[in-house]
Amino acid sequence: MQTDTPRPMFDTDELVINMGPQHPSTHGVLRLILKLDGERVLDCDPVIGYLHRGIEKLSENRDYTQIVLLTDRMDYVAAATNNLGYVETVEKLYAIEVPRRARYIRTVLSELQRVASHLLWLGTHAADLGALTVLLFGLRERELILDLFEEYCGARLTYNSMRIGGQPVDVPPGWDKRVLAFCDIQEQKLPEYEQLLTHNRIFMERTKNIGVISGADAAALGICGPPLRASGVLRDVRKDEPYAAYDEMEFDIPLGTQGDTYDRYLVRLEEFRQSLRIIRQAVQGLPEGPIMGKVPRLIKPPAGETYHAIEAPKGELGYFIVSDGKSVSPYRFRVRPPSFCNLQALPRLVKGHLVADVIALIGTIDIVLGEVDR
Amino acid sequence: MSEGPKPAPENPDSPGSPKPEEKAAEPTPQAASPKPAADAAAPTPAAPAPKPAAAAAKPAAAPGSPKPAAPKPEAKAAPPLPPDQAPPADLPLPAYVTALQEGLPGAVEQVSYWVGDWTVIVGAARFADVCAFLRDTAGCRFDYLSDLTAVDWPARPEKRFDLVACLYSTALRHRLRVKARLADGEAVASVTGVWPAANWLEREVFDMFGVTFTGHPNLKRMLMPFDWQGHPQRKDYPLEGPGELLMESPQDWLKARQAAADADSE
Repeated sequence: MQTDTPRPMFDTDELVINMGPQHPSTHGVLRLILKLDGERVLDCDPVIGYLHRGIEKLSENRDYTQIVLLTDRMDYVAAATNNLGYVETVEKLYAIEVPRRARYIRTVLSELQRVASHLLWLGTHAADLGALTVLLFGLRERELILDLFEEYCGARLTYNSMRIGGQPVDVPPGWDKRVLAFCDIQEQKLPEYEQLLTHNRIFMERTKNIGVISGADAAALGICGPPLRASGVLRDVRKDEPYAAYDEMEFDIPLGTQGDTYDRYLVRLEEFRQSLRIIRQAVQGLPEGPIMGKVPRLIKPPAGETYHAIEAPKGELGYFIVSDGKSVSPYRFRVRPPSFCNLQALPRLVKGHLVADVIALIGTIDIVLGEVDR
Repeated sequence: MSEGPKPAPENPDSPGSPKPEEKAAEPTPQAASPKPAADAAAPTPAAPAPKPAAAAAKPAAAPGSPKPAAPKPEAKAAPPLPPDQAPPADLPLPAYVTALQEGLPGAVEQVSYWVGDWTVIVGAARFADVCAFLRDTAGCRFDYLSDLTAVDWPARPEKRFDLVACLYSTALRHRLRVKARLADGEAVASVTGVWPAANWLEREVFDMFGVTFTGHPNLKRMLMPFDWQGHPQRKDYPLEGPGELLMESPQDWLKARQAAADADSE
């Protein structure tokens, strides 16, 4: 156009659209109210609560052993770590000693769970960006983990796989061999994902410099888990406040430098390797001994309160439990859900990006709405 | 856990509360602590039963253990009070607590300790000041707000709610809980200016408990529908929610809700 006078244009207006609650890319019932200027996102207001079941209220009316089942239903793609966080909090409150073998089994289960959760994240994240093959690959390997869980505790999704004071069952014969075999398979498959994504031009264009956040901002916003580490903050509950048998394990914490979507991908990809490393150590060093500690038949912790956090696949999963010392159910049961706190950062991440990037950013923070809403 | 000087998991000097390990060993769980007795001496009649009777029902499971019959009705009658145990006398206060006591004199009303966790109880008016101080002071550096929640204690009607913030320092790797006691309807200054992470957490506390935060940029319900009545996490809120009416006859339920709204606005 070579004219000096600007052509008359259509009026530009801010457009407010709803993304979700039913939308294939919001990974559940998440509604985003997007304020758009053309393709660019000016503001974003997440609306949550569609899956609110009142698990906290419900737990305050169930006894301590029954709550393990409820925790399964929060982050339903990582039920084992939910169990682990809860039982460890009660054990801390009750000063129950957990046998070393049980702690090792818990470590194996929670790292298998981390791999399974990251596989699902990787698949759905890549599928959101158009790389459908990775989803099939991810589900293929996740299936092997679900088989291992099924063999261990009989369930494939909501495991109820831990008890206050130890483990309900010992590992089946030969299970350790199959876990190690899985580690080998998974190790071989990782280069396949990398081949499909890491240097994929489209994937890089869609993720590099998208949703950049600095480490200090990320910590102030309450971001936790892999997104926080991708921003360069050295924070991993497994190292900082060791639980289960992590103090006896050797592993590294991958850190990002840019704090963008691509770094969050790289961090999680490296976490696969570190998780496999932990699983191998724990399975090979599985000590002999009992799997259940000395636990009274009726669980009724003395009056007191505690907060205990673990590193769930999505970040810091904390439980705050208040016991009044008189009742068999917690007086106050509070979950600090990592997905909830990470989702809070979404408006900050999407501002100024395109609508298509919103999808990449929902994927990169790895939310499960069952946990966000509880 | 790396916070502070590492204390033993049980505190032997804590008055009245039995050692957790003793309790773990023998399954007769009734705590003969002085606290329930104190409650029984001054019962609060207005408090609604915080737990269904089933929760306090007899521990039928423990076989062969002599059941302490006496404390049971007492346990049912006395609504629980917050278990803020004093730290054992021989345990030194961590540096970040003493720094807070010196930096903001008079702000800390009480220090409590249980199974390795330190808690400071501060006045509600100074809650935000304390949080800002803890974030910015050299020895504290609590730059990470892990959690912000509340606890409802109907047995303490004059200051019904505990607002609880779980802080963590990513640099120094220690934890601290900050508590403030609030009356029903009492507003507290928002800490969204200290940690933006508090935004949704405060909204959830507002939604679930009805605690209002002044200076919050967007204080509306988080999990419940925007037109919901009541605050579900309060102890006097029924577990079943609004009841069967909603399921059986939605029209009647709507009418009842409208009537309640009209009564509210008048």
